[in-house]
Amino acid sequence: MPQFLEHSGTSWKGQKVKHDLSVIDKLDPRLRVIMVTLFAFVTVLSENFFVLGVGVLVGLLLALLAQLNLKRTLRRVIAMDMFMIFLVILLPFTTPGEALFTVAGVSASKAGLLHALMILLKAHAVVLSLLALVGTLSATTLGHALAHLRVPDKLVHLLLFTVRYLDVIGQEYKRMRRAMQARAFVLRTDMHTWRSIGYLIGMLLVHSVERSERIMDAMKCRGYKGRFYLFDDMALGADDYRFMALFIPLLCILVGLNFL
Amino acid sequence: MSDKPLIEVRGLSYRYPRRGLVLDKVDFHLCQGERVALTGANGAGKTTLLHLLVGLKRAKSGEIIAFGEPRNDEKSFIDVRARAGFLFQDPDDQLFCPTVLEDVAFGPLNLGKSREEALQLAMDTLASLGMAGFEERITHQLSGGEKRMITLAAVLAMEPEVLLLDEPSNALDSNARQHLIDTLQTLPQAMIIISHDADFLAQLATREVTLENAKLNPLATGTGINVISAEHEHA
Repeated sequence: MPQFLEHSGTSWKGQKVKHDLSVIDKLDPRLRVIMVTLFAFVTVLSENFFVLGVGVLVGLLLALLAQLNLKRTLRRVIAMDMFMIFLVILLPFTTPGEALFTVAGVSASKAGLLHALMILLKAHAVVLSLLALVGTLSATTLGHALAHLRVPDKLVHLLLFTVRYLDVIGQEYKRMRRAMQARAFVLRTDMHTWRSIGYLIGMLLVHSVERSERIMDAMKCRGYKGRFYLFDDMALGADDYRFMALFIPLLCILVGLNFL
Repeated sequence: MSDKPLIEVRGLSYRYPRRGLVLDKVDFHLCQGERVALTGANGAGKTTLLHLLVGLKRAKSGEIIAFGEPRNDEKSFIDVRARAGFLFQDPDDQLFCPTVLEDVAFGPLNLGKSREEALQLAMDTLASLGMAGFEERITHQLSGGEKRMITLAAVLAMEPEVLLLDEPSNALDSNARQHLIDTLQTLPQAMIIISHDADFLAQLATREVTLENAKLNPLATGTGINVISAEHEHA
């Protein structure tokens, strides 16, 4: 596996986006999750360019308020753009409508271009606001916020356990991978490589299953009866109400603009 | 000191499908104030024996009498697990909560303590092990020695009467290892300690038993490790 993929695949430690402490950090995590969800719905459901433009601006403003690290944020946004680039390129050619220009005998429609642009704006508005409001939470806090918002226990536990053990499993993978390299294993396009990588993934699964059984045993030893307990009480403060007083009218205006 | 054993095992047998018989009619008892070293080759069944004691595995035959009562089904073992603290070989198996405080309070909460009690108990336990200030740390970012002490705190927070330690000094550097020894020496609980570390056992154990060919044999003082006597230790 190439170096950069190994990095992003296994070394995530459940940490938040790098940023300086900001006003956003003072807000209640639950409020942030709810607000960003509402904002996402408002933007995604809108078909109005003005609304979407304002949406992107709001996303940018939130990102600035959250003091996001420019380089890392840009890298994440570009990662999303890579995902969408084909869609944006193909959409004008596949949507029927008034021809705008022709490439190699295939005509691009104006309707398709506008549609592609709209999707692009929506995606950026949502991603920027998500990175600003939710990305600045640690995964653990996010899990707790979801639990307080009555998201089903199973999903929350799945998230928290993933955060906890992703790194352990990643370490296990790296250890085995290094052991393979130490015995002069190099990736080739032959049967031996495929089989070895298959063994590696298989062993990783076996180890993970065994570990999960040991964790279950350890939990039983400490009297686990199917319940988890969360400690942090989350309470809305003055900052939260101020934020709501600004953000909710803004959302209403955005919704209203669609009907003008 | 009562002479009635805390944990008693009679004629315990256990067989793995492929490994064959690992325990063959084993007899064992643990009394108040004892720190028993359990030794034996890799794969001899030491961990299996501890798992049987708290009901994580079910014996094929034999009796387990823990804290004065015979234990034979899942229900009766729940009480044993609350009173016998089990320290696992790999701390990563035991620390599954995101933060240290949550992990240490997990046991007391399961025992029905209120949140305030559990929190207080967790903080006190951490402080008594010299780990105050670790409450908000993220468990998977701790060092090996810190993980070991936190798992010990997590077990002690349940206020157990017996400690079952499965290779506690594994992969610890000499400082962390000595810190663990010093801590364990101050604890009043009776213990069963699995270890391959002769010096570690010499500093802690009051007697030694060894698993060999599925049989549990006592080791006379002085033949194996240098064992201190129980009387001396509690003088």
